[in-house]
Amino acid sequence: MCNQTVCLVAAELERQGISTVVLQLLRNVAEKVHPPRALFVPFKHGYPLDTPGDPGRQRAVLEAALQLLEDTSLTAGPVLRDYTVAKG
Amino acid sequence: MGDTSEFSLTIRLFLKTYQWRKIDPVPWTPLKKPLSQSKLALVSSAGFVLPDQPHFDESIKGGDTSFREIPSGVDVKTLVETHRSESFDHTGVQKDPNLGFPIDRIRELAASGRIGSVNHRHLSCMGSITAPGRLIHNTAPPAVRLLVEDQVDAAILVPV
Repeated sequence: MCNQTVCLVAAELERQGISTVVLQLLRNVAEKVHPPRALFVPFKHGYPLDTPGDPGRQRAVLEAALQLLEDTSLTAGPVLRDYTVAKG
Repeated sequence: MGDTSEFSLTIRLFLKTYQWRKIDPVPWTPLKKPLSQSKLALVSSAGFVLPDQPHFDESIKGGDTSFREIPSGVDVKTLVETHRSESFDHTGVQKDPNLGFPIDRIRELAASGRIGSVNHRHLSCMGSITAPGRLIHNTAPPAVRLLVEDQVDAAILVPV
């Protein structure tokens, strides 16, 4: 349910003029709910930013989210992008 | 990999017939300025509260749709995780709340100049909302207005 909840809040943010990107742990929920910009992260529930205590891996997820946010080639949603986990 | 096989049989059966709330039309707000000049806020559905804030109420049918404001200067180690779901392993966010509320990482992004600034407050909710009508119509609009008043440009939303 968490995945749907953040999508619905994102929609309200966008309606009120704030750009958003949501992380998603269930790809099929993003496909059904249609948030404006979603980054699907291939981690288990409870671990949306990868590894606890690992700032580098957490920053990598956020950087991918920021790149989605600032991608000027995108002009309409829903956009669903897959996060690729860096090796190592 | 997050998928429904992580869930109990009861939850998998519930999800099998659950009517997801499709956003239609899909609103779209492009960034109005570069990220290096933008003010960012976080929205987390991990159920975090400050020690002196009321916990999210597990007993509300359909889910607790209320929000808590989390100040930007918070020490994440003081956050209390009150998410009710038994569908995920809570040990990660309890060990490192940045997993669900990455405020330390966001502050680093501002310090490095990747983003312009961090808003002085952020939003926390508890994502186990099976009946989202009250969220959509009653609680999300005023919560979002707080960020509009703060002139936030962009938000990152994190589920657990």
